[in-house]
Amino acid sequence: MNLLREAALVAGKDLRIEVRSRVTVQQILPFGLVVLLLFAFALDPHSGTLSKAAPGVFWITVLFAALLAIGRSFSIEAENGARDGLRLSGLDSAALFLGKAGAVVIELAALEALLAAGVVLLFNVGLGGALPLALATVAATVGVAATGTLYGVLAAGLRVRETLLPVLLLPVVAPVLLGATRAWEAAISGASSDAWPWVALLGIFAVLFTGIGMLAFGPLLEES
Amino acid sequence: MTLLNPRISRVLGVAALLSLIALAVFGLFVAPPDAVQSDAQRLMYLHVPSAWIAYLAFGVTALSSALYLWRRTRSPVWDRLAGASAELGVLFTAMTLIMGSLWGRPVWGVWWAWDARLVTTAVLFFLYVGYLALRRVPAPLETRAKRCAIAALVAFVDVPIVHFSVDWWQTLHQQATVFTPTLDAHIHGVMALTLWLGVLAFTLLYVYLLDKRYRLEALEEDLEAKELAKAIEERVQGAGITAPPEHVEVGVGQ
Repeated sequence: MNLLREAALVAGKDLRIEVRSRVTVQQILPFGLVVLLLFAFALDPHSGTLSKAAPGVFWITVLFAALLAIGRSFSIEAENGARDGLRLSGLDSAALFLGKAGAVVIELAALEALLAAGVVLLFNVGLGGALPLALATVAATVGVAATGTLYGVLAAGLRVRETLLPVLLLPVVAPVLLGATRAWEAAISGASSDAWPWVALLGIFAVLFTGIGMLAFGPLLEES
Repeated sequence: MTLLNPRISRVLGVAALLSLIALAVFGLFVAPPDAVQSDAQRLMYLHVPSAWIAYLAFGVTALSSALYLWRRTRSPVWDRLAGASAELGVLFTAMTLIMGSLWGRPVWGVWWAWDARLVTTAVLFFLYVGYLALRRVPAPLETRAKRCAIAALVAFVDVPIVHFSVDWWQTLHQQATVFTPTLDAHIHGVMALTLWLGVLAFTLLYVYLLDKRYRLEALEEDLEAKELAKAIEERVQGAGITAPPEHVEVGVGQ
């Protein structure tokens, strides 16, 4: 598949930049952990609120960190005329979208692994129901990365992009937060059957916005 | 430049005003108080029509955005219409939320309930607040139009997902719904009439305001283009002339 090969090229480029610059490792991952720690201060760990709220805390943290990851994903294109390079590369714009979003998915997956460990160790939560948990996480992450990349390119090059991106993205991903949190709650409490409808909803969201992103990325990149 | 003939617009404005006055009379005096909620229920005559207009306005924004994106119908008309309608949509959504809250307090005992309809409306509000923020970002007209049209369609696609997920969340939680549908079974004839009057009055008001807002948008664009042309002309004429204009005073203080 040509599309996927081109997407892998773009994702590889982004991830190589992240590996070399270490911004994800040194800034975005610690940010996520700090937010987790702050939530423990906000919701008293001794009262049991924290472990009960763990799925919501986890996903809110992922969303906030995703804002940073998406901002980063397009700030690396802002320097040295890299965005012109992308436009002139001759790569299919759908592949560009998949590549950019794919790199964000991988970065977020690394963050989520770390945060999940944090939730288990710091919040004393057992992650049961591994299959629905994993599938919900994958679908939600793809959904967030797809919508984020779509809005990221929309805001790219604007002077107000840092403030515009959250106000555009967060309401749109509200259903992802809802679905992912409920799916996690159901899976953790052992009621896996309650998690499956949410997994399906998250899957539909991910597929829908990946499709829209593949269509809209080209025209938006032209205009940015 | 205008959406409607100025004469039609004026007639619409008068009709909107008259129907709003009629709505006030019917809503406050003619319609009987509700058996259970007494006078608080009268808010329905504003709340329901403004919710209807909000949805209509966002529908118009989505449709106009789609028509802008489709190459064969691409025209700045659709972009202006989408922007004007979204602004009204946000206004009427805010009114719906505020009036719903005022209504909820005496009837449900709370300002806010996590009902699917309420939460969806709130998310809807923020979705289009973001859209309006995007519209305010300075950019060349065509660039802005295309960007905003895509954003409007994404927001529109998201609305049913939001509603569906919130609805599901509530049913799964088995919460007793506090939402008592007022439009159930027996609605007094005069009440129904007043409600329809409200819908009519608000629709007329919406179309009237839409036309005005559209015209304002077009005038703004025109002004910007003229100012730009003027600035360029001044620059061209002033090229090579280095002496400052005589009337400029250097220094401050009197």
